Amino acid sequence: MSDVTTLAFETDCHIFDGCGFPAPGLHSFVFEPLFTVGGIDFNKPMLLALLGTLAIVGFFWAAFNKPKVVPGKLQLVGEAGYDFVRRGIVYETLGKKVGEKYVPFMVSLFFFVWMMNLWSIIPIAQFPVTSIIAFPAGLAAIVYIMWMYLTFKKHGFVGGWKNVTGYDKSLGPILPLVVVLEFFSNVLVRPFTHAVRLFANMFAGHLLLLMFTIASWYLLNDIGIAYAGVSFVMTIAMTAFELFIQAVQAYVFVLLACTYVQGALAEHH
Amino acid sequence: MSAALQNIAAVTGDLKALGSIGYGLAAIGPGVGVGIIFGNGTQALARQPEAAGLIRANQILGFAFCEALALIGIVMPFVYGS
Repeated sequence: MSDVTTLAFETDCHIFDGCGFPAPGLHSFVFEPLFTVGGIDFNKPMLLALLGTLAIVGFFWAAFNKPKVVPGKLQLVGEAGYDFVRRGIVYETLGKKVGEKYVPFMVSLFFFVWMMNLWSIIPIAQFPVTSIIAFPAGLAAIVYIMWMYLTFKKHGFVGGWKNVTGYDKSLGPILPLVVVLEFFSNVLVRPFTHAVRLFANMFAGHLLLLMFTIASWYLLNDIGIAYAGVSFVMTIAMTAFELFIQAVQAYVFVLLACTYVQGALAEHH
Repeated sequence: MSAALQNIAAVTGDLKALGSIGYGLAAIGPGVGVGIIFGNGTQALARQPEAAGLIRANQILGFAFCEALALIGIVMPFVYGS
């Protein structure tokens, strides 16, 4: 039986050879460090995160470096991307006046999450950086601290807690239930699901792609070649599906971040 | 009775793939939920095509909320698994 933690291409075993299927698992998300700098291991996801950041900064720099009234091609694309987040997400949830100051943060968040997701289907890299829980957890923590701070700054200490627990005197007898449920929902469940939604989508998507790719390679033996063809078609289909899901998850991440900020800044009734 | 239970416990202890059964059960609810979301969304689009942008945005938001539960289901076996 092949050892469960070796990568598929390291063994030369196919179906009917007597060794088991080298299934993907948690071990597929652990990487040997490329080099070590001052006690910190630098591995492939970190490299991809760095390259992705440089790509986004480089793109927006090139697009808006010398802006013209009649935009050139790169500026057009940059403006389209910026406007998509500004009008489609921030203005929809926060409104024009209040939302304007959150647009740069939301634009950066959207393109960062989308780029980190896109590494899953870019050849040679082929690893979604956001499938490592640290990245979505860090981003969700930033959003969480941001809206917690905003609600307490706007409403004061007591008002902040009233906002977070959904306290509303006119609710009457069900008020204690609402307070407890809203507290757990806002303070505990929201940041958790915010991070885990993005993480689990990318984790499961990467596992799916791995499964079909390894199966296509593993089945290349005798009669299995026909099935390897089917598996390869599934790989292509899953890649197209992942392309869609990555954009949707980035969109939903930023949409929910704006919704939480809007809830924090909402006036009490 | 207790012998049968012991038998079941022994068998399922060997089954390392219980996580997949757990995920299968966890995916029933979100499957129904996603169907309801997009079904009602399609109906709304048919009734009022000019509201397409609004309807689509709400569809995607609802889909993401629903899908999150199914995906937590697929991740949990790795959290608890060996």
